[in-house]
Amino acid sequence: MLIKLTGGKVYDPAHQVDGKVTDIYIRDGRIVEGQHDGEKIDEEYDLRGKIVMAGAIDMHTHIGGGKVNIARMMLPEDHRGDLVAHTEHCRAGCGHAAPSTLTTGYRYAEMGYTAGFEPAMMPVNARQTHLEMGDTPIIDKGGYAMLGSDDFFLRMLTAKQDQNAINDYVAWTLHASQAIGIKVVNPGGINAFKFNQRALDLDELNTHYQVSPRDVLKALSRAVHELGVPHPLHVHGNNLGVPGNMETTLKTMGASEGFPMHLTHIQFHSYGTEGDRKFSSGAAAIAEALNKHKNISADVGQILFGQTVTASGDNMRQFANAGHGSPKKSVIMDIECDAGCGVVPFKYKDQNFVNALQWAIGLEIFLLMEDPWRIFLTTDHPNGAPFTSYPHLIRLLMDKSFRNDTFAKLNLDAQAMSTLSSIDREYSLYEIAIMTRAGAAKLVGLHDRGHLGVGAGADITVYTDQPDREAMFAKPDYVFKDGELVVRNGQVVKVTWGSTHTVRPEFDRGIEKDLKKYFDRYHTINMENFKVRDDEIAEGGRGKVIIQACEGRREKSE
Amino acid sequence: MQSSGKSQTDSNSTIHEHVACPACGLLCDDLTVSRNASGILEVSPNTCARSVQFFQRPLVDTSPRIADKSSTLQEAIAKAAEILKKANQPLIAGLGTEVQGMRAVMQLADRTGATLDHMNSYSTLRNTLVVQNSGWMVTTLTEVRNRVDLLLIIGTDIVSYNPRFFERTIWNSETMFDQDTSKREVVYLGGRGLDTSQGISPAGVKPTVLECDIEQLPDVTAALRALIAGKQLQADSVADIPVAELAKLAERLQAAKYSVVTWISSAFDFPYAELTVQNITETVIKLNEKTRASGLPLGGSEGDYSVNQTSTWISGYPVRNSLQRGFPEYDPWQFDAERMLDNGETDALLWISCFQPEKTPPASAAPTIVIGHAAMQFEHEPDVFIPVGTPGLDHAGTMFRIDSSVTLPLAGLRKSALPSLAAVIDAIEAATQLD
Repeated sequence: MLIKLTGGKVYDPAHQVDGKVTDIYIRDGRIVEGQHDGEKIDEEYDLRGKIVMAGAIDMHTHIGGGKVNIARMMLPEDHRGDLVAHTEHCRAGCGHAAPSTLTTGYRYAEMGYTAGFEPAMMPVNARQTHLEMGDTPIIDKGGYAMLGSDDFFLRMLTAKQDQNAINDYVAWTLHASQAIGIKVVNPGGINAFKFNQRALDLDELNTHYQVSPRDVLKALSRAVHELGVPHPLHVHGNNLGVPGNMETTLKTMGASEGFPMHLTHIQFHSYGTEGDRKFSSGAAAIAEALNKHKNISADVGQILFGQTVTASGDNMRQFANAGHGSPKKSVIMDIECDAGCGVVPFKYKDQNFVNALQWAIGLEIFLLMEDPWRIFLTTDHPNGAPFTSYPHLIRLLMDKSFRNDTFAKLNLDAQAMSTLSSIDREYSLYEIAIMTRAGAAKLVGLHDRGHLGVGAGADITVYTDQPDREAMFAKPDYVFKDGELVVRNGQVVKVTWGSTHTVRPEFDRGIEKDLKKYFDRYHTINMENFKVRDDEIAEGGRGKVIIQACEGRREKSE
Repeated sequence: MQSSGKSQTDSNSTIHEHVACPACGLLCDDLTVSRNASGILEVSPNTCARSVQFFQRPLVDTSPRIADKSSTLQEAIAKAAEILKKANQPLIAGLGTEVQGMRAVMQLADRTGATLDHMNSYSTLRNTLVVQNSGWMVTTLTEVRNRVDLLLIIGTDIVSYNPRFFERTIWNSETMFDQDTSKREVVYLGGRGLDTSQGISPAGVKPTVLECDIEQLPDVTAALRALIAGKQLQADSVADIPVAELAKLAERLQAAKYSVVTWISSAFDFPYAELTVQNITETVIKLNEKTRASGLPLGGSEGDYSVNQTSTWISGYPVRNSLQRGFPEYDPWQFDAERMLDNGETDALLWISCFQPEKTPPASAAPTIVIGHAAMQFEHEPDVFIPVGTPGLDHAGTMFRIDSSVTLPLAGLRKSALPSLAAVIDAIEAATQLD
């Protein structure tokens, strides 16, 4: 089966292609050089005048696992506003803030996204996360396993076990939970909350373990690097949402001591304490530091106005914020000596000073960050806004007058505290393609995705070039997933099952002796049942497990 | 790496280790199941009455029936599809299954516009409604095992529902934080004549028992909540419990470092029991202003939690819900299976019970299909009966534990000719698509 995409204007930053008219050939799901001698073209799409990019990749989106399902269960009133009837191709479900799994897959595909990564997969909850992602059609997916507040790891730190043992445990966790990266949430803080600590700064000690978030970040960022895992340690820092937390964030950038680190939803961690209300934008200082620290990347976690729900592993901060919830309800959990979670519905209002400033802070960070390869477009779905608002966010980045018009309608005090309207930058299509494709694939470690070179998986999105970028990105003309046409004119026309991306770095299995002892003594499940098997993910023809290479593997620590 | 030496899903092997038991919500997975020469399964060690009954029930070989006459599986599937296709308001109830079974059911419900209700919804909704109204703070079994210092049990003995709860999570010999577990405090609040023997510590310390009728729990839990919130009560006693005793309990909760307050929703057999659950959970939230405390809903059976979770991620809603209008709708009152059957609001009933043969459908005038345990016996023979295997015995599956954060694989432990529920449902769904 040979498909030819003819005459489209291609944006492929991985190969420095910036709007060049190029034909693309797809054979059996992969991008190929061209026709063999005498090979006939089975299907041809005339893409003259159209914009062609790789399928977009959401590198941080809460699409599966315990806290997401709690959010769904908690919000029948939100579902009622966006119930989705079944169609010829798609099954019924619901959308908006906490969409059902099927609807999640369809809507991502309909926006030209072909992959999404669940960033807070608790290892003990990995099976559920994979079950839910297994019911999320079309797109590829994967998860970052959460470590850093689990008692096994903190015991290792307290016992001053050497880095190699920590690396083995991290690698074991990646295997057992079928993850592609490691995430740390409020480093050590989820654990500290169980000992009734209510805040934890970067150099503050967990009262029981006597280790600090800095110790956690250092050990984990190094482990991820030394194991050669492509995705750097994914960090949700301490003090989320706290005025003045920009200081913590600036210090956190140095905490990995040069090892690569990704700071997620950095908007929520970029707050100062200036002004009458002691809440101000730290965006300039944060962006400047990001520009300087080449080992640090970030995604923004933009907020957009309206009803949503915040779902996080950070139960310490979610408990503190529960009073701000709207509607006022929250689920806060301690979980299995592994981590925790907190789910709080939230409504961001454009006339609210704090919310309006949060909106501006996110955009300031986007626009002041110079290197589009180290900043990523997210709303931390659904925490800042549902992922379906991405086209709107793209327009805010690409269209200065639209942005300024929107800004001018916000809370006036917030406007006075932001430099946003003085920033002239508009993102180009090439930069959007970096943030949402090439850069994201590189960051996550998807070696054959996010680009349109020969050998890449044929995940391709085709748009009509429109001045209204929101309309353009909301409704692609075509989306191909692994070479199959899955979306036409923004509607699903075929439902496929994407793959699950993982990494499996080598490690010393001797660590299982310690782990088995730990499980037998303290846990309520058997270590063997903790592990998620391949066939549990690939059951019933719902896709397959792809093992991405750990190409950067380093020699073991001395 | 991906599986241990003794595969759980290999039905040829005669000894299976770390087997998970789906007979109650604890999902203990420290069982070893062996198959003797005559094919009977034996479970050891770490048994309880429920697991013995579950694993040692002999395999029954029944064939499908249509109108009480033996049929082939294909004929029964075709007949079931015919009934569902003809129906305007099909109802799928019972739902004694696990994740994979429920996945298949959800797809069939979407195709046929069915309404969904689990046989335990009356009980699980007492918790679900609280999550939807105010939320809660809860914990999980491993946290309890390692951290609890004061356990408050409301309105139940626990052990009638979850026999190994104390052994596994309260009187365990070791904890991660070097707690002397025999010093853990246990308080029973509400209920009368409960078996509190398992609340006695290994050192012989007896639990505090504050008795009242179960119907008086709304008053008692409200009084405790008020005391924790710092309110003065004018009464001297509430439901025969002296307020002074409740005040003492409040003080103990406030002094504890990690108290756990547990209840079993199905034991709360009185109207508007969700408000009592809410009294408990709001008490816990209040305690957390100063110290740590957590709720712990227990119980769980017939795959109720697995069905709720699966339904929620696929449709957005837990049961009771309906796809009758082509999109999901949720209504705990309207989609109550028993009410719908009594009112004649359904014209076909598909009843599912894979775990226990005793769970038969309520009597109904609607054409009835039963897919369930092979040993099921009926007072009123259904129009179609299709015996299926039991997850965790005859085939693999996946189950949620009562605390919702842990899912465990269920094993296929013996050779069985019985199909899985998912396979039968998929076949029925395919047959409903034929003209």
